[in-house]
Amino acid sequence: MNVLNFVNAFFSDSAHWHGYDGIPQRLLEHVQYTLMALGLATAIGLPIGLLTGHTGRGGNAVAFVATAARALPSFGLLVLIAVVVGIGLLPVMVPLVILAIPPILVTTYEAVRSVDPSPVDAARGMGMHEAGILFRVELPVALPLVLSGLRSAAIQVVSTATIAAYVSLGGIGRYIIDGLYQRDYEKVVGGATLVAALALVTLGLFWAAGRFAVSPGVRRR
Amino acid sequence: MDSVTKRYPDGTVAVDHLSLEIPDRAITVLVGPSGCGKTTTLRMINRMVEPTEGTILLDGDDLGRQPVTTLRRSMGYVIQNAGLFQHRTILDNIATVPRMIGWGKQKSRERAAELMERVGLDASLGKRYPYQLSGGQQQRVGVARALAADPPVLLMDEPFSAVDPVVRKGLQDELLRIQDELGKTIVFVTHDIDEAIKLGTMVAVMRTGGRLAQFAPPAELLSDPADEFVEDFLGADRGIRRLSFFPSAGLELTRGPVVRADAAGAPPAAAGAPYLLVTDADDRPLGWARPEDLTAGSVDAARLLSHGRPFVPGTDSLRAALDCAVLSPAGWAVAVNDGGRVTGVVSQQTIAEAIRAAHDRTAAQETPGAGSADVTKVAP
Ligand SMILES: Nc1ncnc2c1ncn2[C@@H]1O[C@H](COP(=O)(O)OP(=O)(O)OP(=O)(O)O)[C@@H](O)[C@H]1O
Ligand SMILES: [Mg+2]
Repeated sequence: MNVLNFVNAFFSDSAHWHGYDGIPQRLLEHVQYTLMALGLATAIGLPIGLLTGHTGRGGNAVAFVATAARALPSFGLLVLIAVVVGIGLLPVMVPLVILAIPPILVTTYEAVRSVDPSPVDAARGMGMHEAGILFRVELPVALPLVLSGLRSAAIQVVSTATIAAYVSLGGIGRYIIDGLYQRDYEKVVGGATLVAALALVTLGLFWAAGRFAVSPGVRRR
Repeated sequence: MDSVTKRYPDGTVAVDHLSLEIPDRAITVLVGPSGCGKTTTLRMINRMVEPTEGTILLDGDDLGRQPVTTLRRSMGYVIQNAGLFQHRTILDNIATVPRMIGWGKQKSRERAAELMERVGLDASLGKRYPYQLSGGQQQRVGVARALAADPPVLLMDEPFSAVDPVVRKGLQDELLRIQDELGKTIVFVTHDIDEAIKLGTMVAVMRTGGRLAQFAPPAELLSDPADEFVEDFLGADRGIRRLSFFPSAGLELTRGPVVRADAAGAPPAAAGAPYLLVTDADDRPLGWARPEDLTAGSVDAARLLSHGRPFVPGTDSLRAALDCAVLSPAGWAVAVNDGGRVTGVVSQQTIAEAIRAAHDRTAAQETPGAGSADVTKVAP
């Protein structure tokens, strides 16, 4: 039996398409965890990245926080929090958010900081407010990089959200963990394939967002 | 500006007790070697830099009396490399300040289109993005953007220094033309003394350390440099450059040595002249020829000597006339009218006499107190 047979068997089994353990349900849960974690990480990382990038101050602090956050193992954090507060959404969200913040924060900071200073100078000289400079001059130019930070955060969260299954929650991780317990390798491979597919879809979405949101003057096409 | 000093936090004194009275509706040029504090001075006017000491008054009011954004919106600001917003089209770049002060989208766009025409940009460029424009075109957009909300003051920091000499000359001419039409108060920073002399109504020469070396109209700068530093900075040929300020209108022209190619033989009036200027049937200059070559028969174009670049009396300066005379092997300058038809020729001697007379006139004008007033400028 090779991997492709596993994949084929997993997806052609009609039992995998229905009910609370069906693929649509598990996908939906996985997407929910991902969006929630990504939303929280963006709400924290993006404003801080924009502000530090715009003012040019706090660069060292940003680098420190990012390195520290990267050093934390997601799975260890999950277990630790689960032990402290019990099983639930919180032990899943904390590690995912902490995983997603560094790429968002660091790329946003770098993206805004590396914007050509002369349009910024021109904007300030023509009497634009600081908020206007950030959102109407710096961000549109920094957008491709900012999006790439969000994209790598999203990919990491999509693949790591499988850990939710360890604390009895759903998501695609269920197939992988249950499959391992039950020695049902068809399930494990099927789950892994689903995660990979979701990652590809995420890439596609970010590509589309870039096409849509980034000005042709910045894309140079 | 009254005794303004700027000391940066690291202790660098960029501007040192600078006092300047910048005239309304004229171009004031700040010029000096690199690092002498020109940019700092300019940026104190729109408060991008706050002076450490001294006061800057605008129409008698302290600059600090209005909110800084209001102040900046009343002053156009043009920088080197234009600093365009690359995510916005050319039209939207130019419309930035009008949009910011609350004009409608339509009105702002119309105003932007009008300005594109004013700075000599084709309307078809309006929908493009900055990266699709040449450096010279971008610089024009920068000027248009600064003019968009019709500010009374225009601050320009080395706006033309990143383009080649031909484009730069075009931009300078355009600026002078726009200034003629709009009468803005312009403060212009450059490190190019020729640009300063060409554009400035008043020129402030600054020296390293941020001190003022001389503040005078360009003609006076050339005739009376305040000290050795200014003299050095003006360069070796300031005598020649000064001729740019003397009109060529008074030069006495002669048609004696001018012959038409179709009229065979030398005219009697030209007897004894070493060279004759040959023109075509439309009186356009062809070149100089020796009388003996002409009398020998038809004009052989190959034998004609170059006539240099003709000057237009009244429009061009004595510098252009002298240049033409020096360039022509015959030693005579060719005068033409606006249509390019020869109106006469003038010898180096006559030009030299005119120069002497012009010097005498300015010396007479420079009775105490009357020195700097009313210098009319002629295109060099
Ligand atoms: N932000 C700053 N902090 C410290 N020193 C500065 C700062 N900006 C300028 N300086 C210093 O102040 C002096 C004047 O600088 P400024 O930019 O005004 O010169 P400039 O005449 O415009 O020169 P250039 O022709 O090279 O543009 C220089 O010695 C420069 O190093
Ligand atoms: Mg400068």
